Amino acid sequence: MSTALLAVQTLNGLQLGVLLFLIAAGLTLVFGVMDFINLAHGAQYMLGAYFAVTAYGATQNFLLAIILALVGALAAGLALEVAIFRHLYGRDHLDQVLATFGVILFLNEAVRMIYGSTSLAMPMPEVLSGSIRLMPGLLYPVYRLVVIGAGIGVGLLLHVLVNHTRIGMLVRAGASNAPMVSALGVNIGRLFMIIFGIGAMLAGFAGAMVAPIFAVEPNMGDNLLILAFVVIVIGGIGSVRGAFIAALLVGLVDTLGRSFASDILRHMLSSSAANQAGPALASTLIYVLMAAVLFFKPAGLFPARA
Amino acid sequence: MADDLLRLEHVSKSFGALRVTDAVSLDIPKGELHALIGPNGAGKTSLIHQISGWIACDSGRIVFDGEEVTGLKMHARARRGLVRSFQITSILPRFTALENVALAVQSRSGSSLRFFGDASREPKLNGEAMQALRHVGLAEQAHRIAGTLSHGEKRGLELALALALEPKLLLLDEPMAGVGAGDGEALVGVLRDLKAHCTILLIEHDMQAVFALADRISVLVNGAIMVTGKPDDVRADAQVRAAYLGEAA
Amino acid sequence: MQDIAASMPMTQVAPRDRSRLIVPVLLFATLALAPLLGLVGPDRYVLALFTRCVIFAIAALGLDLALGSGGLVSFGHAAFIGIGAYAAGILTASGIDDAFLLLFAALATSGFFALATGAISLKTRGVHFIMITLAFGQMAYFVANSLKAYGGDDGLTLANRSTIFGRDLLADHRVFFYVSLAMLLAVYLFARAVVRSRFGRVLRGAKENETRIAAIGFDPYPFRLVAFVISGMIAGLAGFLLAEQSEFVSPAFMTWQRSGDLIIMVMLGGMASLDGAILGALFVVLTEELLSGFTEHWRVIFGPFLVLVVLFARGGLLGLLTGRRHG
Repeated sequence: MSTALLAVQTLNGLQLGVLLFLIAAGLTLVFGVMDFINLAHGAQYMLGAYFAVTAYGATQNFLLAIILALVGALAAGLALEVAIFRHLYGRDHLDQVLATFGVILFLNEAVRMIYGSTSLAMPMPEVLSGSIRLMPGLLYPVYRLVVIGAGIGVGLLLHVLVNHTRIGMLVRAGASNAPMVSALGVNIGRLFMIIFGIGAMLAGFAGAMVAPIFAVEPNMGDNLLILAFVVIVIGGIGSVRGAFIAALLVGLVDTLGRSFASDILRHMLSSSAANQAGPALASTLIYVLMAAVLFFKPAGLFPARA
Repeated sequence: MADDLLRLEHVSKSFGALRVTDAVSLDIPKGELHALIGPNGAGKTSLIHQISGWIACDSGRIVFDGEEVTGLKMHARARRGLVRSFQITSILPRFTALENVALAVQSRSGSSLRFFGDASREPKLNGEAMQALRHVGLAEQAHRIAGTLSHGEKRGLELALALALEPKLLLLDEPMAGVGAGDGEALVGVLRDLKAHCTILLIEHDMQAVFALADRISVLVNGAIMVTGKPDDVRADAQVRAAYLGEAA
Repeated sequence: MQDIAASMPMTQVAPRDRSRLIVPVLLFATLALAPLLGLVGPDRYVLALFTRCVIFAIAALGLDLALGSGGLVSFGHAAFIGIGAYAAGILTASGIDDAFLLLFAALATSGFFALATGAISLKTRGVHFIMITLAFGQMAYFVANSLKAYGGDDGLTLANRSTIFGRDLLADHRVFFYVSLAMLLAVYLFARAVVRSRFGRVLRGAKENETRIAAIGFDPYPFRLVAFVISGMIAGLAGFLLAEQSEFVSPAFMTWQRSGDLIIMVMLGGMASLDGAILGALFVVLTEELLSGFTEHWRVIFGPFLVLVVLFARGGLLGLLTGRRHG
C-alpha cells in the first residue's frame, strides 16, 4: 500500500463524494421541504449525461454542451414536477415510492429506446485531458480534479444560497416546518417548484460532468441513487450541509474500502479468505456506516427538522 | 403516605430552555378524584405525558401503587393499571367502536401471541367491550366504524377504551373538550359514577365540572404547582384567583 | 329476524364476509385449471409461467403481512427470496437434495436473517426503516455476488430438482405446479388466520395508531418483529420454490429493483388485502410476460401505468374490480 496509491484513491473517493453530493443535495431538499421521496432523482442524473452527449454531438462545444444539459435537466425536472410529482405531495411515502419507481422504469426504458443500450461517450476538452503530477509517482487526471473542484464550488454556491439569501431562508424554514411557511403566506407551490428545479439541475450537472469519464448508459443512475439515499440518511434529511459531509464520507469510505479491504483483511485472515471476503465487505461498508450512524444519531448527523 | 396510589417526587422536564415541568410533587390517595387545572401552556398535558410514560421526565420519581415506574414505557404502565385518555382523540379510526374497545379488553385477557382463532368473535372480549360501551352510552354505535363517529361520540369511545382496561388510576386529559352542553352533563354523570371504581386525575377547563367532581384540586402555573387543596380552599386562594380563576369564579 | 335486522345500524361490517370469499375461490379455481391451458399452447411454457405466478404470489403474500397489515415498508424483501433460493442452491451443490431438508434450510436461513435484521431495523421508523431494510437487502445481494464458489454474479445452476423421499417427483412440471399451488393455498389460509387472530389485530392496530396501541398496553415491537420474521420466512419459501423451478439461483433474485417489484405487487392488489396480493402478483408477472412479447421496451408502458394507478386508483386493482376502497 503505497502513499501514491492511497492519495489516488483518496482523490477518487473525493470525486465520488462530490458527485454524490450533487445528487443528494436535491434529494435531501425535496425530501426535507416537501416530504417527497423521489426515487426518480437518479434518472435526473442520467438525463443530464444524455443531454450533454446529445448537445455535444450537435454543437461540438464542451461548455455549450454542459450549459444545454443544465437547461434540459431543468426542463425535464420541471415537467415531471408539474405533471406528476406535485400531485403526490402529502400522499403516503409508499405511494411516492411506487409512482417514482414507475417514472424510473419509464425514463430508463425511454432512454434505451432512443439511444440504445450501448454506452455512449463524450470526449473531454483537450485542455483538460492531461494528467498533472501532484507528487512523485502520482499522476492524476486534470479532468477529475476539475470535477472535484466544480463540485466543491457548487457546494459553496449552495451554502451561500441557502444561508445568505432570502430564498435560502425560505428553503431552510420549509425544511424545518413547511406548513408553517405556507401559513405565513409564502407561495409554497412556487417555492416547491424552485427547490425541485434546483435539485434537478444539480443532478443533471453531475451527470453532464461525468459524461466524459463514466459510461453513459441506461440505468446509470440507479446505483448512485441508492448511495445518495444512504448519504441523506446519514447526513440528516433536509440538511444540505449534512448532505455535503455525508457525501464526502460515503465517497471516501466506499472507494478506500473497495481498494484496501482485501489488503486489510489479509492481516487477519488467510489470503484466499481475504480475497473472498474483501469485495463483499467493501460493498457493505457504507451500509454498516449508515446503520452505525443511525444507532447513535437516529435522525442523522445534521437533522434539519425541529 | 402508604395509602397513595400515585406519588410524584420533584418531577421535572425541560425542552431546551423551556422548563415545562418544574419540580412537581404530588400525592394522590386511592379513591380520590384529583383535578389539575391551570392556564393554557401551564404544562398540564406535558405532566400527563410524563405520568403515563409517553415522554420520559428529566429528573424526579414517579411511584405508582408502591412500585417505581419512572423508567417504564407507556405500555408497561398501562398494563399495571396506569391508564390515560388523550386530549386529542386517539382511536383506531378504521376499526369499529366495538373492536377498538375489544382490543383494550384483549390486552388484559391473556396472551396476544395467538395466531389462530378469530379475535373479533371472542364472546368474552366482545361482552366486556359492550359493557364499557354501555357505560359511556355508545352501545348503539358498537358496529359503526370509529372514524365515522361524531366528535362527542369519539370522546366517549376514548373514555370507554380507558375503562375497558380496568384501570387503577385514570388520567383524563380534558374529556369534556369540544363536547356540547347536553353531552357534557351526561359525561359528568359518567365520571361521578366512575369515582367509585377508580382513582382519577382529571385535567379540565370546565370549572363547573371540576368543582362538581373534584375531591382535591392542584393548580399548575408555569410548570409548577402553585397550590393543592380542597375545592373551596383553592377557589378562595388569592394567588390562584390572580393567576387563573379571576374574580368571576 | 326482523328485529335483529332493525336493531343493527346500516354500516355493518359482517356482510362483507360472504363476498370476500368469491375472489379467492375464483383465483384458486383459475390457477388450478391453468395447466389445462397447456393443452392449447406449448405445454411447458404456460405451465412455467403460471408456476412463476404462484411463486411470486407466495412472496407477495409474505410481504403483505408485513407491509399491508403491519405497515412495515420493507424495501429489502427480495433478499429473503434470494436467501431461500441460495439455501436450496448451496445444499444441492453440496450433494444434499432432499426436498424437506432444503425447504427447512430455506425457512431457517431466511427466518434467521429476518430476525437479525428485523430486530435492528424495527428500532427505526418511517423513511429510516425503508432505508435500513434497503441496506440489509443490498448487503445480502453483495454477499451473494461475491460468493465465487457458487457462481458469483453469474449465478449457480442446480443439477436437479430436489427429491421427495428419494424420488424425483418434482421433476414432473405438472406435479411441481400443483405442489406450489398447494403451498400457496396453505400460506393464504395461514395468512388469513393470522390477520384475524389476536396477534393480527394488535399488529393492524399498531399500523393504524401506534400511540393508541401503546396506551392500551401493547408494545408494538415484538408484534412487528414476529410479523417481519413470518413474512421473511414466507418469502424464503418462495425463494426455495423459485430455485427449484428454474433450477438456477442468482444474485439477480435480490436486487432492490426486485424488492420494488414485490412492493408493486402488494400495492397494485390493494394493501392489506391478501386476495389483492395474489392478484397483484399475477398481474405483474403476467403483464411483464405479455408486454415483453410485444416489445422489449414494455417498461415504457408499465412505468406510466404504475404512475396512473397510484394517482387515480387508490384501492389498487382489487379496489377497481370490486368497487371498494382498501388501504
